[in-house]
Amino acid sequence: MNRKADVVIIGGGITGCCLAYLLSKKGLDVTVVEKRYLASGATGACGAGIRQQWSTRENALLAIQSVKIFERLSSELGQDIEFRQGGYLIAIHTDNEMEQAERNVAMQRSLGLKVDILEPERLTDVVPILDVKGMKAIGATFCPTDGHANPFKTTFAYADAARKLGATILTHTSVVNLKTTQKAVSGVVTNQGTIRTPVVVNAAGVDAKAIAEMVHIHLPITPFRKEIMATERLEPLFDAMVISFTDGIYFSQQKEGQIVGGIPIPEEHSGFLSTPTFEFLSHMSRTLTRYAPVLRHVNMLRHWTGFYDVTPDARPLLGPVKGPQGFIQCSGFSGHGFMISPMVCQLLAGFIADNKTSEVLETLNLSRFKGKTTDRELSVVG
Amino acid sequence: MKRSIVCRCEDIAEEDVLQAIEEGYTDIEELRKKLRIGMGPCQGRVCLPLVAKILEKKTGEKVAQIPTPTVRPPLVPVPLGTLASEDDEQES
Repeated sequence: MNRKADVVIIGGGITGCCLAYLLSKKGLDVTVVEKRYLASGATGACGAGIRQQWSTRENALLAIQSVKIFERLSSELGQDIEFRQGGYLIAIHTDNEMEQAERNVAMQRSLGLKVDILEPERLTDVVPILDVKGMKAIGATFCPTDGHANPFKTTFAYADAARKLGATILTHTSVVNLKTTQKAVSGVVTNQGTIRTPVVVNAAGVDAKAIAEMVHIHLPITPFRKEIMATERLEPLFDAMVISFTDGIYFSQQKEGQIVGGIPIPEEHSGFLSTPTFEFLSHMSRTLTRYAPVLRHVNMLRHWTGFYDVTPDARPLLGPVKGPQGFIQCSGFSGHGFMISPMVCQLLAGFIADNKTSEVLETLNLSRFKGKTTDRELSVVG
Repeated sequence: MKRSIVCRCEDIAEEDVLQAIEEGYTDIEELRKKLRIGMGPCQGRVCLPLVAKILEKKTGEKVAQIPTPTVRPPLVPVPLGTLASEDDEQES
């Protein structure tokens, strides 16, 4: 293989494929390099949720704008991505959480989001199977336009659309090294040959850190194994995703009828170990049946692991770095990449193709960690 | 219309698998994610050998060379109430 491209994207997950589509649409010659198959990393293992209720302004903005894109994405890409807006119900358990929820809701409303704080007795109006006493909730926030989509179908739809516009997508191809000349990137060396290019996008998820080390850039990304499970298919019971920051649990019912959810594993450690644990299953089942006792009769079918690529402030790393020119970051999503990918990629595509920057891109640049304290995202689950 | 069912859990026919392969989904993991084969209660016991056979016919790759998708525990469905039970120690 001896190729060249305007842009090489490392990683065939949701951001890699979305960015390939947007850049191809702008007329650039794009190649995606994926070491396994599309959506084989965090995208394919994720909980599929799309939430706009965040504590930091950047995440809320990215998510609100992404939902606007998700709303028209099936028709734009010509494939059903199974986007559904059943809302997100965020349980509130303590007075401290209530104060934080009030701050979050005020900020989110200032951005135009429709979101409300519900009294405890209203929770079952949204999700009838909940046991409000069992889950020890004193209220909840609810945003009806949050929802979920099928991460595989969304990634495949972006990839197909990108291919139709001329992008090359190489699966089962690993990056071995990055080439630089005179302080700028000049190529990507893969196990199938070298691709010459002036722009490399690092969208390698949990492997983004190793990719950046190839050009001596240190990314503060730590891998965390996360577990998730799916039940058998059931008749439609509820539309909303239920989450709790206190318990760390999240669960929703997907289009096919299965309930999918996760919770942090007790005694969680960072690292690349990917085996599922019984501790997770036991902890998840106990918490889930406390939240919705009727589910104790439901069969759990499958249980798998994926990775969060966690940054010190749980916010993504986006845009250029101080180092080789043309080396663009699109990583560190810390467990919420899928839901903000449409807008993140739109901003990055504008930067790469048209040299347009934005407030969000500047705020989420790697340079924010240089001796400064950063605004941490607090609304994290799983 | 006559359909040859490959995956009973998710109601996927041979024709669906063939069409997905035509569309370029030639990795068994990709097919799984595209069609949900192997995601039902049987965990692929019924469909995956058949899908591997269809892949062999279409792509020429030998069944023995086609990797089986990652195993997702448990091997049989288990009620959440059983997993949530705190009686393990008394039983043993």
